[in-house]
Amino acid sequence: MELIPGISTEHYIFLSVVLFCIGAFGVMYRKNAIIVFMCIELMLNAVNLLLVAFSRQWNGADAQVFVFFVMAVAAAEVAVGLAILMMIYRNTGTTDINVLNKLKG
Amino acid sequence: MNELLTLTGLGLFSMIAEIFNFRKAIFPVIVLGLLGLLGLCYMDWGSYNSTVTHFSMMKVDNFSIAFTSVLTATALFWFMMSRSFFEDQTSMSDHFSLVLFALTGAFCLTSFTNITMLFLGVEVLSLPVYVLTGSRKRDVASNEASFKYFLMGSFASAVFLFGTAFIYGATGSFNLENIATYLSTQPQLSPLFLVGLLLMLSAMAFKVGAAPFHFWTPDVYEGAPTIVTAFMSTIVKTAAVAAFFRLFYLSFSGIHGEYADIIWAMAALTMVVGNVIAAAQNNVKRILAYSSVGHAGFMLITILVMNDFAAKSLLYYTAAYSAAGIAAFLVLYLVGSANNGETPLNAFDGLVKRNPIMAGTMTMALLSMAGIPPLAGFFAKYFIFVSAVENGYIGLVVIAILSSLVGVYYYFKIIIAMFFGKPDNLPTYFLTPIHRFLLLFVAAIIVLTGLFPDFVMGLMTI
Repeated sequence: MELIPGISTEHYIFLSVVLFCIGAFGVMYRKNAIIVFMCIELMLNAVNLLLVAFSRQWNGADAQVFVFFVMAVAAAEVAVGLAILMMIYRNTGTTDINVLNKLKG
Repeated sequence: MNELLTLTGLGLFSMIAEIFNFRKAIFPVIVLGLLGLLGLCYMDWGSYNSTVTHFSMMKVDNFSIAFTSVLTATALFWFMMSRSFFEDQTSMSDHFSLVLFALTGAFCLTSFTNITMLFLGVEVLSLPVYVLTGSRKRDVASNEASFKYFLMGSFASAVFLFGTAFIYGATGSFNLENIATYLSTQPQLSPLFLVGLLLMLSAMAFKVGAAPFHFWTPDVYEGAPTIVTAFMSTIVKTAAVAAFFRLFYLSFSGIHGEYADIIWAMAALTMVVGNVIAAAQNNVKRILAYSSVGHAGFMLITILVMNDFAAKSLLYYTAAYSAAGIAAFLVLYLVGSANNGETPLNAFDGLVKRNPIMAGTMTMALLSMAGIPPLAGFFAKYFIFVSAVENGYIGLVVIAILSSLVGVYYYFKIIIAMFFGKPDNLPTYFLTPIHRFLLLFVAAIIVLTGLFPDFVMGLMTI
């Protein structure tokens, strides 16, 4: 089932894999905590895109409902994450994640 | 279903109680509510019609009731041990409500029949724990632990969701039964499905803290307040392993051959890494953190074996480990709070002379974790090994036994410090009645479940 002629589900799969990988590499290599949060959001939105594409392919609504759950949970996650980041900023005065190296062994 | 409503209701009560000046009532109400929850579990035991699902999202069967009972009992002990910490150092009502909401998530994780519910359970369990980890706001270590846990946890959630999306793409359903039916009718698995399975497997391994996805565990366990570490290493771990088992039992057991090797390697690596690195640590909190990684490895063996006996032995293992964990972390908390929060090995020197009850219970808990007969931990390991040998995983059992021998070394390091160390300039401890009762009660549980293992094993029928 094609929403737009000439663009099949495979195209969506490739696009979301690329987006997901950009997000994953961002989480691993960026040093600013805010950018890291944005990269996690990118990963979640890659998932949403994929779910909607598959939902179209299977002609079912349950994946689209799932997307709403993902969006709600992502919002909750960002709320908690930014609160944690605020706490860190108050104590250390920076959002660079390299300052977080007290625990090791 | 009543269990879920009870937990949510308790959480809401605890959240708004402070507004109406019911602060003093929070703790008694929570204890009564959790006891009521145990009663509900007892009443629902076996009487549930296992074909009834709630909108094909949840099914409360014997598996879920058994694990919910273990979780509830552990939570009851946890509230008894943590009351003083939260009353003295933080605002009690929001922390208690966070814990109760996390328990709601844990309940979803033991009773889901749909990946949607699994995802929501994981998130509802994790989000409060991220906050609890950072509950010492001024402490940079607590902040760092909280941030690391949050970052790694949401990364794992994204990987989990990506896997879910691929599995939906291959099967067209989130329902575990439909996925199992699809797998049994399919002669050749689609690559989409295999990618999804692999991603989901890694995300679940991450949540239970199995190697090679264990790296967050020691840092987070060390940085979090000891009380919260106790919560993570008992309740969160039990719920995550139960969810891992249930997911694979209900949906993927038909294609066991596809992933058996991966779980084999993961279990072996987890046991070896957890126990060997723990032996090199000098901070008791970090020893217990790595040992909890090692225990996750033993629990993974049940997911490899994947039959009814394995489910029973997983239940027994999580119960034994939670009891020992509560006792060990309570002693660790008491020792740490008299020592500026630091818990080096020499803070335990001569503990037996300073407080025999604490030293005795700690010894009991550590021996149980090490797997010394006749304590609960021995039979927990024994049942898992039996089920693994019966299914032909003899090599894995050899690795497991060798790594638990390494475990004996570092558990005895703590016990030797407690009994033979010189207690110079170290404080003596006075236990509050509730802590003394809890220590003695948990010690009794560890001994009794060890003496009557058949009783616990007989409780569980899937």
